[in-house]
Amino acid sequence: MTPHPYAFLALFLAVAVAFPLVMLSVSRVWFWLFQPPKPSTIKNGIYECGLAPTGDSRIQFKAHYYLYAIVFLIFDVEVLFLLPFAVAFTGLSAGALFAMLVFILLLVEGLVWAWHRGHLNWK
Amino acid sequence: MTATLERLPLLVRDWITGFFPEPVRWLVSGLLAIVAILAVFGLYFAYLTLAERKFLGRFQNRPGPNRTGPFGLLQPFADAVKALTKEDIVPQAADKLLHFLAPCLVVAFGLISFAVIPFGRYLIPVDLDAAVLYFFAAGVSSELALFMAGWASHNKYSMISAMRALAQLISYELPLLLAVVPVIMLSGTLSTSKIVVAQGGWTFGIIPHWNVLTPWGFAGFFIFMIAAVAETNRSPFDLPEAESELIAGHLTEYSGFKYALFFMAEYFGMSALCGLGVTLFLGGWQAPIDILQVVPSYVWFMVKLSCVIFCLMWVRATLLRLRIDQLTRLAWKFLVPLGLINLGNAAFWHLSADWSGPLQIVRWAISAAVIVIPFVLIGRTLSSGLAPRTYRYAT
Repeated sequence: MTPHPYAFLALFLAVAVAFPLVMLSVSRVWFWLFQPPKPSTIKNGIYECGLAPTGDSRIQFKAHYYLYAIVFLIFDVEVLFLLPFAVAFTGLSAGALFAMLVFILLLVEGLVWAWHRGHLNWK
Repeated sequence: MTATLERLPLLVRDWITGFFPEPVRWLVSGLLAIVAILAVFGLYFAYLTLAERKFLGRFQNRPGPNRTGPFGLLQPFADAVKALTKEDIVPQAADKLLHFLAPCLVVAFGLISFAVIPFGRYLIPVDLDAAVLYFFAAGVSSELALFMAGWASHNKYSMISAMRALAQLISYELPLLLAVVPVIMLSGTLSTSKIVVAQGGWTFGIIPHWNVLTPWGFAGFFIFMIAAVAETNRSPFDLPEAESELIAGHLTEYSGFKYALFFMAEYFGMSALCGLGVTLFLGGWQAPIDILQVVPSYVWFMVKLSCVIFCLMWVRATLLRLRIDQLTRLAWKFLVPLGLINLGNAAFWHLSADWSGPLQIVRWAISAAVIVIPFVLIGRTLSSGLAPRTYRYAT
């Protein structure tokens, strides 16, 4: 019986998740038997170079990260559209190649626009 | 003899699955493949950490770890015992669930990318049609786990590191994908095993038909490796865990075995990504010379993988860390345009496939020029106005 190839992937994912859990439980058993935890406020505090932490760490994102994420999203989706084209590339006619060239030029145009507007400069 | 050695892992697998009844055989054979990957790459990871410390030591004129066993060979096991027995400290302010999940997920996502890499002629865990796509989907998921670690720690350093890691990973995802597309264009498939088969054969029995030995393939490999170093957060792109600025980045609040899991994930990710680089550009399990085919294919794969990883260690010992503006500039203004130009280069290479005789030299010259001229021009444009780096105390 040969199951669907994705059955193997599901099995792999299950084992891959189980592997770190097993390792962590081994170390948990060790603590339970030989090393009972000794928590304290200072030990379980947030590390900030030895001083008491000031303020909240969950601050606002710098807007620039957001900008990069948007540019990335657009480009990544467009590059994903390139993959089916790439698979079919060897059998394509000249007309199809030209259409794809237009698509890639649109991609380039987006990059040139973002570059020109200075969105690619880290500020 | 060679044929037997080549099939040896399969024979062992079939021998063991023979003990089980028919309905569960596929499950047993699948589990065996996974256990083999875990064992081989677990051990490979252990000795990779030792090799890295040894090589870095030699690069810096010191011996490296040498007290545990002969030449420090038992060091990885000592480290493993230490990591397992260290107290696991979870900060009170941390998000306990996410803090626990992050190291587990980062290892899981690092591991599942191995599922589509052809380790040998007959050794591929699962031969998917969309293997390359699956690999990137699995690889990118680890970004999520890294950010989870930084967010859950509730630590300022972790948070800054997580933001940096995200910006870096998404910036270098594009060059990585763009470097891979030409290979898919010319081999016409997303299946990693077929891509390796397409690189088989030798000219005169000594020059292999690997993708890296063509102008577009060399450029692709160059872009791919730079992006791969950045994707695995290794020096010179180790901003997310810059020790001198951010303690240990997203690892700051992790201790004990969770810390070790992050390291494991980093090395698994590096091995998988370099394995994909070997598969796509360096001919995978193909032998470099015709007569060397007597050596089993999986040995060649591991040799090539180790060479690539050694180069990454060398880079780590040589180059200085980049600043974040330099990092994003390199990705968006240099590697992405080069990757786009390389697409056209690959198209040209395909359309000129039937040129022969002296035209073959013209083909190579045009293809090389298409990539070298933009390389020089963009490089000059980007570096104009920047003075060369000066060193005040070193000469």
